[in-house]
Amino acid sequence: MLRFIAKRLFWMIPSLFAVSFLAFVLIQLPPGDYVTTYIATLAASNEVIDQNTAAQLRERFGLDQPMIIQYIKWMWGIITRGDFGMSFEWQQPVSGLIWERMALTLALAIASLIATWAIALPIGVFSAVRKYSIGDYAFTVFSFLGLSIPSFLLALVLMYVAAVEFGQDVGGLFSHEYEAAPWSIAKMIDLMKHIWLPVIILAVSSTASLIRVMRANMLDELPKPYVTTARAKGLSEFRLLVKYPMRIALNPFISTIAWLLPNLISGSVVVAIVLNLPTAAPLLLQSLMAQDMYLAGAFVLLICALTLIGSLISDVLLALVDPRIRLE
Amino acid sequence: MSDVLSIAPRKPLLEVRNLVTEFPLRKGVFTAVKDLSFSIEAGKTLCVVGESGSGKSVTARSILQIVDAPGRIASGSILLNQADGSSIDLARLNPRGKQIRDIRGRDIAMIFQEPMSSLSPVHTVGDQIMEALRLHMNMSKAAAREEAVNLLRQVEIPNPNQAVDRYAFQYSGGMRQRAMIAMALACKPKLLIADEPTTALDVTTQAEILDLIARLQKSTGMAVLFITHDMGVVAQIADNVLVMHHGVAKEYGTVEQIFHSPQDPYTKMLIGSVLKLEQKAEIRLKRPPLDTTAKPILEVRNLVQHFGPVKALNDVSISLLPGETLGIVGESGSGKTTMGRAIMRLYDPTGGEMLYRKADGNVIDLAKIKGEELKAARRELRMVFQDPFGSLNPRMTVAQVIGEPLLVNGIARGKELDERVCHLMEQVGLDPAGRERYPHAFSGGQRQRIGIARAITLKPRIIVADEATSALDVSVRFQVLDLLMRLQDELKLAYIFISHDIGVIRYMCDRVGVMYRGQLVEVGEAEKVCTAPDHPYTQALLSAIPRPDPRDRDRSRRFRYTETTPIKNGSSAR
Repeated sequence: MLRFIAKRLFWMIPSLFAVSFLAFVLIQLPPGDYVTTYIATLAASNEVIDQNTAAQLRERFGLDQPMIIQYIKWMWGIITRGDFGMSFEWQQPVSGLIWERMALTLALAIASLIATWAIALPIGVFSAVRKYSIGDYAFTVFSFLGLSIPSFLLALVLMYVAAVEFGQDVGGLFSHEYEAAPWSIAKMIDLMKHIWLPVIILAVSSTASLIRVMRANMLDELPKPYVTTARAKGLSEFRLLVKYPMRIALNPFISTIAWLLPNLISGSVVVAIVLNLPTAAPLLLQSLMAQDMYLAGAFVLLICALTLIGSLISDVLLALVDPRIRLE
Repeated sequence: MSDVLSIAPRKPLLEVRNLVTEFPLRKGVFTAVKDLSFSIEAGKTLCVVGESGSGKSVTARSILQIVDAPGRIASGSILLNQADGSSIDLARLNPRGKQIRDIRGRDIAMIFQEPMSSLSPVHTVGDQIMEALRLHMNMSKAAAREEAVNLLRQVEIPNPNQAVDRYAFQYSGGMRQRAMIAMALACKPKLLIADEPTTALDVTTQAEILDLIARLQKSTGMAVLFITHDMGVVAQIADNVLVMHHGVAKEYGTVEQIFHSPQDPYTKMLIGSVLKLEQKAEIRLKRPPLDTTAKPILEVRNLVQHFGPVKALNDVSISLLPGETLGIVGESGSGKTTMGRAIMRLYDPTGGEMLYRKADGNVIDLAKIKGEELKAARRELRMVFQDPFGSLNPRMTVAQVIGEPLLVNGIARGKELDERVCHLMEQVGLDPAGRERYPHAFSGGQRQRIGIARAITLKPRIIVADEATSALDVSVRFQVLDLLMRLQDELKLAYIFISHDIGVIRYMCDRVGVMYRGQLVEVGEAEKVCTAPDHPYTQALLSAIPRPDPRDRDRSRRFRYTETTPIKNGSSAR
C-alpha cells in the first residue's frame, strides 16, 4: 500500500510539470498580453500610452522575453521560494491573493457538501426502500425540479426573496464593515449569517442529483441475497440497511472525491459571480480575461494538483473501505 | 391429569396449514403458493422438491416472512410449537416486528443457494457470524468471536482462527457454504431451512456438505427443511418429501413411499427422469454402432493452455470420430470449459496441436491457423452455451439470433434468410411463427433450442456443447438431450459434450474423458467409465453422486480423491 502511494506521488511530479506547461501555453495563446489589455482599459478612460511606455511595462513584467524563459523563471520561483509570481492586475504576490480566497472557497464547499450529503443520503435510501410510494414520488419531483432549475436563477430568486421580503443583507460572504477587517469572532458570526444562502443554492442542485444516484445504488443492492441473509438472521430493518446495502451503495461516492476537489476552484462560477462571493472562481475567470498569466497559471496548477491529490485520496479510501479492492 | 396422557402424539415442531402466498402484480395477483399444508417434526428432514417456478423457495421464505416484496402471505397459518407447549402463528406476525425477528436466526435459521452472494462482500465472515450471536445470545464481543471460531471449526474450516477474519471472496465455494451453515447454526436453531444449498457446488463438495448437515442434525436434534430439485439428494437425506408443482403440493409422504410407490403422475415423471439417467438413451441404443475404423475428425495432441501461472490444460490428448459424441466430465476448475473453448480457438494455445480433418480430407491444425482460414474453420465448429438467458442477446429477435451467422458470413439474406430461419426453427422443434419475438418471451428450454438452432445454422461438423443442459429443469433436459441426438443423426454431427453431470454423460455419450486439474485422467467407453472406472479420481467422483434410491444410503462408500492416492492398476489416460 505504501509503495503504491509513493509510486503515485512520484508520478504526480511529471504530470504537474506537463499540465503547468500546457496551461502556460494556453494562457498565452490568445493574441496580445496583459499590457495590451491594460492599454485597452486605459484607452477606455481616454488615457493614451505610447509605444515606449508599453515596451517599458513589458520589460518590467518580463513579457518581452520568450515564453519558455518566462515559464522556467516562473517554475523556478515556485520550486525554490514558493513564489507564484506577481499578479499584474492586482500588483500583489499571487500567493497572497489566492490563499484567502481558497480558505473561503473551502469553507463554502465543505459546508455545502455536508448539507448535500446530510439531506441527500437519507432521502435516497428512503426513496429506494419505499420505492413507488407517495414519499418517493414527492422526492423524485423535488429532485427533478432541483436538477432542472439553473442555479443562477435560483440564486437570483432567493436573493430577491431574502432581500425584499426579509430585509436580509445578501451578496458576498461578509457585511461591509467586516470585509477588510482581520479575523475575529464577530467576523466569524458575520460569515455564518451570510453563508447560508450560497450553501442552499449550491446544495440544491447537487442534492437533487445525489438523491437519484443514491436511490439507484440502493435499488441495485437491496435485492441482493446477502440482504435476505441478514434479514433471515433477525436483524432489524434499520440496522440491516445501514450495515449492508448502504455501506456498499456508498462506495461509488468515494470515487467522486476525485472531482470534488478541483471543483472547489472552477465550479459554481456563475453562482459566485451572481452572489458576489469572494471565492476562487470569479478571480480565476477575471484573471483569464485580463491575461493576468501568473495568477491564472497558479490557479490552473492548483486545480491540476487538487485533481491528482483527489484521485489519490479516493483510490486509497476505496481500498480501505472495500476489501475486494484491497486484497484481490 | 394430562401427565397420564403422555402417550399422546408429540406436536410437530412446525405445522403449516393452508398456506397461500401471493404476489400482487400490475395486472391481478400471482399466487405462488396455493393452499399448502405440511408439518416438520424435531430431528427430521423434510425435502421440498420441485422444478423452477414450483413455489418451493417462496414456501421456505414464507415461514420466516422474508418473501421478497411485493409478496405476502394471504391466508393460512404457520404454527411454531415451542418447548413449553405454547405455539406461535408466524403467519400472523408483523414481518418487521420484534417477535418474528427474535425467531429468525434463533429458532429458525436459513441458508441459501448462492454461497458467494449470500455473504456480504465487505464484511469478514467472522463479523457476520458474530452478529447473529450478539443479536440473539447477548454475547460480548470477545465471547462471540470465540464462539465464531468454534463454529467454523465445527463446520471443518481449516485454521478457523485465521479464517474468522477473512472475507467471503477469499473462501472457496464449498467453504463459503460451510461458513453460511456455521452462521445459521450459531444460535442452535430448532429448524434449519436450506434453500438449494448444494446446487451451486460440485458433487464431491455437495456430498461433504450433506454429510455435514446430517452430522450436525444428529448432534443438535434440529429439524431440517431442505429445498432441492435433485431427486438423488432427496433420496439420500429425506425422511418426508413434499413434491410441488406450480405452487401446489402434488404429493406428500415418506421418502420410501415417494420413491417406491409414487401416486401422482408428476412425481412419477420426476423419479422417472432420474432413473432414465441411470442408463443409455433409447435413441443411442437403437443406433447402429459407430465406425471406429474411420479417421478421426478432430485429434487433439498434447494441448497445453496456460493463463499466466495457471495451468488450465496440461498435456491433453484426445480424438473425436465423425458422428461421435465425446463427453468431457470433471468438477469446476478441472479445465473442461477451457478445453471446449480451446478447441473453438477462442484462446491461443500455449502448446500442442489440434488436427481438424476437413470434409475434403485435408487436415489443418486449429492451433496454428489464423485469418480467413480460421474463419472458415469456425463455420464448421460451433458452440452451444450453458446459460440460456445470458447467451442470447435480449435486444435481438429470435430470427435475428438464428439468422445472424448466415448474414455475417454472407450466405443468405432477405427472403431466403427468412426461409432458412423458419426451417431451422422447425428442426429444433420451435414454432416459426414466434421468430419475430424476443428471447425473454421464451422459456429456458425453448431458449436453449434457439441456441442450438443458431449453432446448426451453418451446417457445422462439430458442435461443442458446454453444460448445455445444466441450467434446465429435468423434465425439459431430456427433450433437449433427445433433440441433440436426433440432430446428430440427421446432420451427421460430432459432439463434444462438456458436463459435470455423469448421468447426462452416460445418457448421451459414446466415449468419455474425465478431467482433473487440467489433465485427462481417464478416457473410455461411456458405459465403462460411468459404471466401472479404472482411475481412482473417477471412482471418487462416482461415489459422491447421490443415488436416487432411499434404500441405498451407504455413505461409507464415498471417498474424496487426493493426488497422493496410489494409482491401483497403473491405468493411464491414453
